[in-house]
Amino acid sequence: MSKDRLRERIKGLAEAEGNIEVIALEKIKSLSSEFGLPPKEVELAALEARVLPRRYLRNLGTVGWDGQAKLLRSTVAVVGLGGLGSNVLEALARMGVGRLLLIDGDAFVDHNLNRQTLATEANLNVSKVEAAKARVATINSAVEVVTHAVEATPDNLPRLLESSNVVVDALDRLPTRLMLQETAQKLGIPLVHGAIGGMIGQVMTIFPGDEGLYALYGREEVPERGIEVERGCPTATPMMVGAWQAQEVMKILVGIGKPLCHRMLLMDAEAGTVDVIRLETKKGM
Amino acid sequence: MIKIEVRLYATLRRYRPELEVGEPLSLNLEEGTTVEQLLEEELGISTEVVKTIFVNGVAQSPGYVLADADRVGIFPPVGGG
Repeated sequence: MSKDRLRERIKGLAEAEGNIEVIALEKIKSLSSEFGLPPKEVELAALEARVLPRRYLRNLGTVGWDGQAKLLRSTVAVVGLGGLGSNVLEALARMGVGRLLLIDGDAFVDHNLNRQTLATEANLNVSKVEAAKARVATINSAVEVVTHAVEATPDNLPRLLESSNVVVDALDRLPTRLMLQETAQKLGIPLVHGAIGGMIGQVMTIFPGDEGLYALYGREEVPERGIEVERGCPTATPMMVGAWQAQEVMKILVGIGKPLCHRMLLMDAEAGTVDVIRLETKKGM
Repeated sequence: MIKIEVRLYATLRRYRPELEVGEPLSLNLEEGTTVEQLLEEELGISTEVVKTIFVNGVAQSPGYVLADADRVGIFPPVGGG
């Protein structure tokens, strides 16, 4: 059986690292070649054999063996690859989320350079999702990337999102975010919302059945945009909020910690405060 | 009369320019004042635009009736990505 042979080869190439066994990146790659398997499959086989792909060594203490395997088996959709999306993407790829669905119809322009980590002087006018795919290939070749160079609409989203375990809201228009929430809820998929403007940010995780953004904005018409029109999006704000979003994704997928469910984290870097507000009182429970 | 504390976030700080960033505003109000009245009448903030209000760490709707020692936070819409 090819699977047993692979396991045997993995055990043979393993090295001791403290009190665990690890397998180096170049060995994952050579086994991938040897067996004609995607690197992700080799990494999963290694984890099953209790040999840790060494790239995940610094994840282990927090996510554990099963947690790392869960991450590799997961699919996360990132809707929007701007300031928030690019920062979330970097984190999800490095932590080893096995499959990423990236949705963004835009190409880079020069004013993206202040905050969008995927934007470089050399890739202006390049499609954001294509640049993202190339970036992921350089930092974690075990991650499978599916790109959709389209704007998110109520017509395309259900089909694009349906295979995901978690969806990340990295959009930049409030009505579209509400539409994304509706879609994720109908699909039964948890949504990690994040939004920024100036030195302010907010993060919350919206499970199916939660009020989510309606708890913030009510059921009447929501404004198109918020304070970001006046205050812009300075460099560090999307890094801070995107990082919180990535942590939420990791918590949901691995099943650790307390997701920001029925709570919103409100970050005001200008004042130096972080508040967590409760969004719904639990009625009749 | 009731006495409450209000924190204005981000661009909403312009409604009380005399306050330092992060400094709360102390207000004495009539008993029975609602969040909507606080925003519209006391602070001049339209509840058409600003919807995120929390009282003692819990998000509340404009109809919520304020009580003595309530701590109110008012947050503008944030939609950038």
